[in-house]
Amino acid sequence: MLKLEARPEASKVMSVMSPVLALAVTVVIGTVLFVLLGKDPMRGLYVFFVEPVKSVYALTELAVKATPLILIALGLAVCFRSNVWNIGAEGQFIVGGIAAAGVAMTADKETGRWIVALVLLAGVFGGMVWAGIVAFLRDRFNANEILVSLMLVYVADQVLGYMVYGPWKDPAGFNFPQTITFLKSTSVPKLFPGFRVNIGLILALIAVAAFWVLLFRTYAGFQLQVGGLAPAAARYAGFSSRRALWTALLLSGGMAGLAGALEVAGPLGQLTPYVPAGYGFAAIIVAYVGRLHPVGIVFSAILMSMFYIGGELAQSRLGLPKSLTGVFQGLLLFTLLACDTLIHYRVRWQAARPAPPKPAAAALVSTAAAATTERAA
Amino acid sequence: MTFHSKRSLIKAAGWASLAATAALVGCGKKEEAPAAAAASAAPVAAASAAPAKAEPLKVAFAYVGPVGDGGWTFAHDNARKAVEKQFGDKIVTSFVEKVPEAADAERVFRDMAGQGNKLIFGTTFGYMEPMLKTAADLKDVKFEHATGYKQAENMRTYDSRTYEGAYMAGVIAGGMTKTNTIGVVGSIPIPEVIRNINSFTLGAQSVNPKVKTKVVWVNEWFNPPKETEAAQSLMNGGADVLMQNTDSSAVLQTAEKAGKLAFGWDSDMTAYAPKAHLASAIINWAPYYIKATGDALEGKWKGGEASWWGVKEGAIDIVSISDKVPAELKAKVEAVKAGLKDGSYKIWKGPITGSDGKEILAKDAVADDKFLGGINFYVKGVEGKVPGGDKK
Amino acid sequence: MESFALLLAATLNAGTVLAFASLGLLINERAGIVNLGAEGMMLVAAVAGYATAVHTGSDWIAFAGGAAAGALLAAAFGVLVIWLNTNQYATGLALSLFGAGFSAFVGIRYTQEKLSERPRFEIPFLSDIPLVGPALFRQHPMVYVAIALTVALAWFLYRSRAGLVLRSIGESPESAHALGYPVRRIRLLAVMVGGALCGVSGAYISVVYTPLWVEGMVAGKGWIALALTTFATWRPARVLLGAYLFGGVTMLQFHLQGEGVQIPSQFLTMMPYLATIIVLVLISRNATFIRVNMPASIGKPFFPGS
Repeated sequence: MLKLEARPEASKVMSVMSPVLALAVTVVIGTVLFVLLGKDPMRGLYVFFVEPVKSVYALTELAVKATPLILIALGLAVCFRSNVWNIGAEGQFIVGGIAAAGVAMTADKETGRWIVALVLLAGVFGGMVWAGIVAFLRDRFNANEILVSLMLVYVADQVLGYMVYGPWKDPAGFNFPQTITFLKSTSVPKLFPGFRVNIGLILALIAVAAFWVLLFRTYAGFQLQVGGLAPAAARYAGFSSRRALWTALLLSGGMAGLAGALEVAGPLGQLTPYVPAGYGFAAIIVAYVGRLHPVGIVFSAILMSMFYIGGELAQSRLGLPKSLTGVFQGLLLFTLLACDTLIHYRVRWQAARPAPPKPAAAALVSTAAAATTERAA
Repeated sequence: MTFHSKRSLIKAAGWASLAATAALVGCGKKEEAPAAAAASAAPVAAASAAPAKAEPLKVAFAYVGPVGDGGWTFAHDNARKAVEKQFGDKIVTSFVEKVPEAADAERVFRDMAGQGNKLIFGTTFGYMEPMLKTAADLKDVKFEHATGYKQAENMRTYDSRTYEGAYMAGVIAGGMTKTNTIGVVGSIPIPEVIRNINSFTLGAQSVNPKVKTKVVWVNEWFNPPKETEAAQSLMNGGADVLMQNTDSSAVLQTAEKAGKLAFGWDSDMTAYAPKAHLASAIINWAPYYIKATGDALEGKWKGGEASWWGVKEGAIDIVSISDKVPAELKAKVEAVKAGLKDGSYKIWKGPITGSDGKEILAKDAVADDKFLGGINFYVKGVEGKVPGGDKK
Repeated sequence: MESFALLLAATLNAGTVLAFASLGLLINERAGIVNLGAEGMMLVAAVAGYATAVHTGSDWIAFAGGAAAGALLAAAFGVLVIWLNTNQYATGLALSLFGAGFSAFVGIRYTQEKLSERPRFEIPFLSDIPLVGPALFRQHPMVYVAIALTVALAWFLYRSRAGLVLRSIGESPESAHALGYPVRRIRLLAVMVGGALCGVSGAYISVVYTPLWVEGMVAGKGWIALALTTFATWRPARVLLGAYLFGGVTMLQFHLQGEGVQIPSQFLTMMPYLATIIVLVLISRNATFIRVNMPASIGKPFFPGS
């Protein structure tokens, strides 16, 4: 039977190859799927991997899609490295968008372009506040951050609904749930005329560099990572786990909020109930496939964007269903996690071991009792 | 195998897969080069030639839901098929479903234009801004937007008078209810839906003045589990005939489970719940789609217009009226339908009072389209308040 | 009063969905494994159950189909997490995301399909009791199965040897392993049973609760079920009560709307999720309380060789 054997040290080769291997497996499964659906697999792969990068326009659209993914995934990478499980980036994205919209709507005809900076900062702040709730509840009450952050996504969605149906509804909008279209002065400056890509891309690239420095060149980053990899050692060294918690959550909340602000003040130009686009969840995959490394995240964000756009194109070109995108993305993460084991383990053949003898129940009871009393002490 | 050779095997596998992917990409590119030319367009259109006499007109549809929803999108897709049948090989249609009402929609519209489509239908309100932006950049493409209110030189809007269907259903509901309470599962509190709730109530009151309407909002167009819960709570509150403005058959099916009555909406839903089904208020988009496509083919298409079609033009109908409905009531509905068809029957004709007691329409006054478009209040008999507050 | 009885009936119905899933997750977590893929499993099971019902016309086979789908996905998860020692949280998330996409993909052709006429269930004399009769005794049989399951699970965990083994694996897999128990195989079994129950819940949603298939129809119930196990401090009876509580809160929002309560509907829709957070906070406040009740090895990888 196959056995896993720990490697003496983590394999650097596999660290890089694992995502590639995972992608290869996903592609193979995808090809099989195309064939089963009666579509030409070559055409299918073309639509997913070539068309999204074929022209300048296509590349800019890829950038528009990848920017929020990069921003959010960077924050999540810090979180996951610190063993803080922020699943609610989507909610922080929404609240960032709401905050940004709030500031954007204060603009009038006289306002200058400087308001864009304020709008984006509002988004960062909004996301931070929302993530801060999670941090507070975990810090003060030990509430599990996975569940709290996730529940807050649903709450954020409803808050958005309330704002666009109620206080912020465009009075000239025939009672449709949406805010006014923001004034031109508040819209995020585009990079090139005629294309939708805006300075968000620049911000994302700057963030990549900044996060790389934070994680790998600063003491704070070091503390965060040790706290995640070896919590006991971190405690022993005096690293504050509380500070790590707040840093990780505020940072990722701020990044998600920034992404939300860019989306709302950029391509959308208003607040609608459809702001939540699932980026918060997709970014989790992006972060993992990018090996929680800022540079890796750029590549995986591009890959995920190709899946998104490819999925759209596959509909109109090949008549393939939209849900295929979700299948590929989920599959990618699955295969990645499986391939990741190869980093720390190698696969070996070994003869089966003889079955162990059946123990006495008494021994078991005492084990359970001992474990319980040990913990309660 | 030794440790080293296993390691290099994995290494080789990794590089091989990378190489394979690259090869795949390379091969694919050569194959698709000719077709690629049309797709790589800059947003400022120059791309495809104007539809030549021999070349078929490319028409594209963007749907917000899945084609199989049995409701809203299903109705649009049926109309698309009718257009195909009508014009044969003079046109080529395509569609993209589940296009979200958000920033992504713009990319889809641009891509449709880039693919050579000259007539594009956007079938939900949320596409308004993306379509406007795309239309501004691509002046040689014609855009048709459903249920919106902004037009442009190459964009116009169209809508259907769903309130007529709601009214006729209301007539049936008023006659069939035993508890004098009817219920509506509301989707999103926009004027169209509020108008439908009001029209449903007016219809019911025309045969049964004592009728009251209860409303519950799910705040979504399509969410069957939530629609089920909403329907259940309406019945808990005493309603025995239900109506919905949501896109699935969940409300109808929930009514059947509880032994109550309900309607189909957007499409004929008899098959989903034959026992509970009273009638279906359907939308037939085919007449408009055929006209629009015909206009485009003959060069008669003009932007900036807003069409609002109803029973008269064949866009709205009430079908599959069940045998449970007594002949007298059925005759009443048919009379209303005939009246709507020749224009003699006016639904929104005074005296109509609001739920706050104030008069909305004086006796014999007839509401015009502008009035109807901005309805943001409940008529008398509808319980509760309009979400977001009554703003006049 | 009449409407209260109806609300009660609807609560039991809604709560049953959560109960099955949550009890399944309880079994997982008692063995020390957290499966965040509940939502994904429930979605795939919902479409599997619906498809089975469409093709066979039998609800009961449909439940079996849903259970099988859930168990299968859980097995894949289990192999990754138990033998390859992948991170439990990430793998569970991957399962959820994959399940969402996969169920949507497979379910496309079923959006148009309808099920045969739904049978109505009632217990003859008891359901004629005024007021509570219809509420308690006109329910689908699965509602009673859920209650029976809770009792059976409580007995299993606290009164049977097998349950003891399971709990000890959850507390200290290393000790159980040292005693010679096949920890990994038992854990896999627990994960698969848990997955099967999540599958039953998913099938219940698409075959009984809302007899339709539409993508995403589980709508977050998998996540609430996860929260429930923590809320109920991993005890079956509390899980059932918690499930009914959350089911009730969900129905309450529509009930309040119908009564004309003037709170904006969005705040009413928020209620179940806010309630989950509040309850989590209340439960978690006492760190010792949590540590005493929570299976100690939750989320931690187990290495039999070490």
